[in-house]
Amino acid sequence: MSASLTIAPSRFRRRLRRYGLAWAGAAIVLSWLLVALLAPWISPYPPNAVDVTRRLLPPSAEHWIGTDILGRDVFSRLLHGARISLLAGFTVVLLGAAIGTTIGILAAWLRGWGEEGLMRLTDLVLCFPPIILALALAAALGIGTTNTIIAMLVVWWPKYARLARSLALVQRSQEYVEAATVLGLPQKRILFRHVLPNTFGPIAVLGTLDLGIAILTFAGLSFLGLGVVPPTAEWGSMVSEGRELVEQWWVATFPGLAILTVVIGFNFLGDGWRDWLDPKAQR
Amino acid sequence: MASYIALRLVSAVAMALFASLVIFLISNFVPGDPVLAQLGDILASDPAVVTEWRAKWGLDLPLWERYGLFLQGLMRGDLGQSIATRRPVLEDIIQFAPATVELATISFAMSLALGIPLGIAAAVWRDTWIDAVARALSLIGVSAPTFWLAFIMLAIFYGWLGWAPGPGRMDPIAFPPEGPTGFFLIDTALARDWESFRDALAHLMLPSIVLAAATLGLITRTTRAAMLDCLQQDYVRVARAKGLVERVVILRHALRNALVPVVTLGGLAYANLLTGAVMTETIFAWPGLGRYTFRSAAALDFPAIMGITLVVSATYLLVNLLVDLSYALLDPRVRR
Repeated sequence: MSASLTIAPSRFRRRLRRYGLAWAGAAIVLSWLLVALLAPWISPYPPNAVDVTRRLLPPSAEHWIGTDILGRDVFSRLLHGARISLLAGFTVVLLGAAIGTTIGILAAWLRGWGEEGLMRLTDLVLCFPPIILALALAAALGIGTTNTIIAMLVVWWPKYARLARSLALVQRSQEYVEAATVLGLPQKRILFRHVLPNTFGPIAVLGTLDLGIAILTFAGLSFLGLGVVPPTAEWGSMVSEGRELVEQWWVATFPGLAILTVVIGFNFLGDGWRDWLDPKAQR
Repeated sequence: MASYIALRLVSAVAMALFASLVIFLISNFVPGDPVLAQLGDILASDPAVVTEWRAKWGLDLPLWERYGLFLQGLMRGDLGQSIATRRPVLEDIIQFAPATVELATISFAMSLALGIPLGIAAAVWRDTWIDAVARALSLIGVSAPTFWLAFIMLAIFYGWLGWAPGPGRMDPIAFPPEGPTGFFLIDTALARDWESFRDALAHLMLPSIVLAAATLGLITRTTRAAMLDCLQQDYVRVARAKGLVERVVILRHALRNALVPVVTLGGLAYANLLTGAVMTETIFAWPGLGRYTFRSAAALDFPAIMGITLVVSATYLLVNLLVDLSYALLDPRVRR
């Protein structure tokens, strides 16, 4: 390996490409959001309309990506599936981030035993393999979108608590906090009006990248039969319904592609956002 | 150093115990009823059967007494009895663990062997086609759902091309090796049964590629980012200025430092393979811990779930400990 460094292309080109991907990610995410919003109006068929005379039809002009084992239009189910996946992803990440950030900032502020207790609790949840805890919880709570989201929330908040605590610790030692304290502002006000907004950027970046992971995890739990109640159209359970159908590949392939594109979109968006916040980070 | 290790071990054991308590409490306060899950609707409607069943599994005892019993058993190396398989949980885990460890190890080796060189190449030839390929691969690796990737791989390489064998650890008509370890590769090699060895290896290929995908993506990404960072450091400039060969600069100077974050991530990723294993094993009919976990969760088999949690979180903690210790090998500053 006689490596010689090639001359790096101009910074402009690199930057264009860096943010180009972020824009592509934004476009992908936005398209899926629109699809989720408009699903009932743009679907050619109702998602749960069973027609056993039209089972497992290959892709055609009538059924763009074929029909499944009950003769339901896969394309229509795919569009409706976007609603559940995105809703579940956003709910888990927004609530998880809210809970985690609150706990993390509180820990940074309390110091002493309060901090110790909160952070050990965080470590405790982090030492569980997330899927096992979520699996056990989802199984125990019973099948259903809400229960699965609750199960995921239990394992979801700790990463935000850790990040928020470390960010808040940095902020705590900043001069503006000292100044605000000297000015006699109440602690609560300093915490929520001054420290919290300054920790927002990195947490939002983590959240964006995390949306992809949340959607993947939810789809995974659904695939295992714990997410949604049939016949609800959901991408993970659609793949599961088609997993034995190798000949009728379209049943499982397209819902999986849908998950893949959404997750890629959030990854592009999150990466771009991080680079924008921290231009020094070379990725 | 020794006292540090001892301290970490004690805290790891405490954490694992605490984790089992948490799972125990969850299992007792959630609405799911193992009686219903196990007996089914018809038997569960007979109160006599239910009472007898509860008494048999100790479900009629108060909460703290049951946890006490669990801890007592733990001291004797007894994790209780699985409600679903009616066998000791430890026996189940010992039976299923080798299949998972074998799969996880092969797939981890794959992702390291491919991910680190790819990450280095992507960093060294930044913004060339190699970089583009590396980034695309790692993006797809971390973004593709494991269960879907498993389906696609099976559909293409087993269903369509016929290059790979189907699900399972070995051919259904073949006799599994009766070896001492439970790792089919080792057992068949020890027995010098090369035909079975090839069979086992062939069956390992697809599931380990599927399982490796996400890890490969993470490792490539981290290696690339860490290498880019290191290649810009002053000591690399110095090494170049000294006139060292580029190969030495990259592999001896930059890589060694870039490996620190890769090791951290690698350790976590290895432990995380179990997460992927739940999906992969379910699809590939792989008789390992992942499938056992899924089955236990679906059957609300809480003795089994507690046992798995305990074993897996202990593994997690142990891997973390090993990762921390390996810093000392890679980074002399930590040794002090």
